Amino acid sequence: MRELIHQAFQLKELLLLTGLGLIALLAEIFNFRKLLFPIILLGLAGVIATCVLDWKSPDGDRFFFSNMLNVNHYALGFTIVIALVSIFWFLMSEKYFTDETNLTDHFALVLFALVGAFLMVSYSNLVMLFLGIETLSIPLYVLVGSKKNDLASNESAFKYFLMGAFASGFLLFGITLIYGVSGSFDLVQIAAYVSKNPGAIPPLFYAGGLLMLVGMSFKVSAAPFHFWAPDVYQGAPTVITAFMATVVKTAAFGAFFRLFWVAFNQAGAEWSHIMWVMAAATLLIGNITAVFQRSVKRMLAYSSIAHAGFMFIAILAMSKTSGSAILYYACAYSLSSLTAFLVLYLLMQNRAGDDSIDSFNGLVKKNPLLAGSMTIALLSLSGIPPLAGFFAKYFIFVSAINQGFYWLVGIAILGSLIGVYYYFKIIIAMFFRSDSDNGPVTIPSDQKALLFVLSLLILILGLLPGVIINLL
Amino acid sequence: MITGFLIFWPLLAAFLLLLFKGETVKKAALAFSLIELGVTLAAWFQYNHNPKSDNLNLYFPWIQSLNISFDVNMDGISTLLVFLTSLLVPFIILSSFSKSYKNPQAFYMLILLMQMALVGVFVAMDGFLFYIFWELALLPIYFICLLWGGEGRAKITFKFFIYTLFGSLFMLAALIFLYLHTPGQHSFDIKALTAAGAALPAKAQAVFFWCMFLAFAIKMPVFPFHTWQPDTYVNAPTQGTMLLSGIMLKMGTYGLLRWMLPVVPQALHDWGYVAILLSVISVIYGSMVAIDQKDFKRLIAYSSIAHVGLIAAGIIAFNVQGVQGGIVQMISHGINVVGLFFICDIIASRTGTTEISKLGGIRNVAPVFALLSLIVVLGSVALPLTNGFVGEFLLINGIFQAHAAFAVFAGLTIILGAVYMLRSYQKVMLGEVNSLTQNFTDLTMNEKAVLVPIVLLIIFFGVYPKPLLDLAANDVANLVLKYNIGLIK
Repeated sequence: MRELIHQAFQLKELLLLTGLGLIALLAEIFNFRKLLFPIILLGLAGVIATCVLDWKSPDGDRFFFSNMLNVNHYALGFTIVIALVSIFWFLMSEKYFTDETNLTDHFALVLFALVGAFLMVSYSNLVMLFLGIETLSIPLYVLVGSKKNDLASNESAFKYFLMGAFASGFLLFGITLIYGVSGSFDLVQIAAYVSKNPGAIPPLFYAGGLLMLVGMSFKVSAAPFHFWAPDVYQGAPTVITAFMATVVKTAAFGAFFRLFWVAFNQAGAEWSHIMWVMAAATLLIGNITAVFQRSVKRMLAYSSIAHAGFMFIAILAMSKTSGSAILYYACAYSLSSLTAFLVLYLLMQNRAGDDSIDSFNGLVKKNPLLAGSMTIALLSLSGIPPLAGFFAKYFIFVSAINQGFYWLVGIAILGSLIGVYYYFKIIIAMFFRSDSDNGPVTIPSDQKALLFVLSLLILILGLLPGVIINLL
Repeated sequence: MITGFLIFWPLLAAFLLLLFKGETVKKAALAFSLIELGVTLAAWFQYNHNPKSDNLNLYFPWIQSLNISFDVNMDGISTLLVFLTSLLVPFIILSSFSKSYKNPQAFYMLILLMQMALVGVFVAMDGFLFYIFWELALLPIYFICLLWGGEGRAKITFKFFIYTLFGSLFMLAALIFLYLHTPGQHSFDIKALTAAGAALPAKAQAVFFWCMFLAFAIKMPVFPFHTWQPDTYVNAPTQGTMLLSGIMLKMGTYGLLRWMLPVVPQALHDWGYVAILLSVISVIYGSMVAIDQKDFKRLIAYSSIAHVGLIAAGIIAFNVQGVQGGIVQMISHGINVVGLFFICDIIASRTGTTEISKLGGIRNVAPVFALLSLIVVLGSVALPLTNGFVGEFLLINGIFQAHAAFAVFAGLTIILGAVYMLRSYQKVMLGEVNSLTQNFTDLTMNEKAVLVPIVLLIIFFGVYPKPLLDLAANDVANLVLKYNIGLIK
């Protein structure tokens, strides 16, 4: 017991996140709701700071709680990205917490989801993976449905819950089969089992791996398990959608990659064909369907599926640079996507909730900052240099070409072009079309600053990609 | 150092424009571009003085772990193309003086940003950096065309953007492929890439060849990748068209010369004929379609396809004459086409149309304009003693060494060029004035300031092309003879 407590204090990131969640719950009782917001921001900054302090080169395993968690550089890197994006997300959604819902337990839900995210990127045991995913998902089911009077929000919460539970079932089933064959939940032990028994691994193991693949694909919304994503993204309150598209996706890919990198690295060839098809399908379905959307929110949902396809390639083309490639992609995509969602959110406030492409008409004249940030975000999402999104794609291409997936690169190129097509629809609407019937667009000054900082970060990350790519 | 200045000065200048307001923006932009021209000439002198001077290169690591560096250097070929860029941008800016574009600050900023990217493309010696500048050049021109273009521009510029990006992404994949074949820690350095390319098996070389060719062929454009071009040229604002045709298409021909042909000699040997064939088809196709055009601006656009096809064919032939001719013709075509589009713009602003059949008799009312136009037109049909002649002569000579049949068909460009250029000149300038042209005023001072220097350059380089030929001679010889991979049997 004492050892456990000692370790809990060693793992300050987890302690801080859980502590923040508990403080958020207490805020209502002890009536310091006004202080809560700065406390959370400080706490998240603290998480980043502790990650930086724990960063001791060279990279080494740091096991906690009898090998349940392994907080190595990979985990720390993902935690930094998650915490950073969360800070921006909180700054963006202050209005959601004050105006749209009046309950501080929403803060607590988000923070507990972050605890889940942390577990997901630092697990070293399949049980911990499952726990992390559930800790992340259950608060999200509630948050998606937090617009209680809105039918779409309720529907999407229900859909998300049903699908999520289904996926968890698959995952759990897969974990059981893997355990049955290898006799362990531990990633390292599973990997050892695979390398010790080359050619003699029973099919049950692969069945387990496939079921886990299905479960994880649900979570990252990769085709053909993506059907929940557009409806849920559209129905959920915009800020929650932004949270799901950025923080949750980052965590899910962190977990996904770790599973295949540590545990299944040697066994990968068996399901690489299936993953190839899934990656190609995700890229094409995500991008092609996005073209036909009139609602920008829904379009961004499909675009997030398409980007999942890109990150999927990094998992398929497993090499020693894939980890940093996926971290960079997650970071670049999260920042760009968050900016796009922020612009959309601010615009929807001025347009009575209208999120069609037409609501962007002539935005450059009405609010150049909003239009400029959106342009930077969309150019980054399309992968135009020198913005962050370009390097993200570049690193994916490098790992794919390195492993000889030439046709997949061809499909990815096609996907990017289709991506340009629908991202540019918004740019053209903002710069080219004129808007006569809608009023002016005003945004609060703190959001202006946030937009500016985010755009700048996208540019800086693009000019100095070494900052992240050299981490791992 | 000089090279670094040439890249970053336009960037800085673009932001300095924010300090200016109203009419002074134009003048400031012109002044900034003239500074760039001055420094380019200084670089030229520096190169003549000492080609290996440290002044001409700049190197610092960018993404160290991936061996990507900011590595720029000016050799003879780069110097010439930077010279072309720096020479044309002041003309392009000056040619807009009689117009008042809405939001001039943004307009001139984009032109200067474009200039930065173009100079970067021509001096980058790192494959990755080359790609970055290549893509960067696309954004300003896209916004120039989108914001200040003509009717239906959203669709047209969009097609242009997607088309070019399509090619570029294949180029990116090809460059990564080559990068992964460099030994050890991998490198994007042009020497390492060239060495890696030559060592590839023939099949891999062919894939690289066609991926790169796709990107360059779309940019130039070469048949059958030209479909974006006429609409884009016609719809873009005149300055955008000038940037596109005068400088940007040279990115494609330059790319052939620097980043494709020397890298995969075996593929050039195996597939060069097909590439030349496509280029020669462009020559014939562009000329034939140009003959049939009713609109002067569209006619110039198609004639540009013909001209650039000839340049590409000569460069792909990859012998001294062909490459030399290609380089000289890149400069000449840049100067001539800017002149032609400016003439077109003057006609359009005076009469409101560029339809050939509606015009006529302009010489009777504007003799100076007609005379200067004639010289530009003659330069473009490659009359001896104009700049066009030098390049085309060398090009056809080079193509002939590859195969006589190619030269015969490519040579048709001179005849066909004379047909459509002179016939349209006759219809537009000669004959009787009509209601549209009777009030045609002759050139203003601003317009003369553009056209007179262009005409002088056309004659100067026609009579005395030696500086252009000398500047690149060493590098061309090195490039061609070192690899000895021309298509000569």
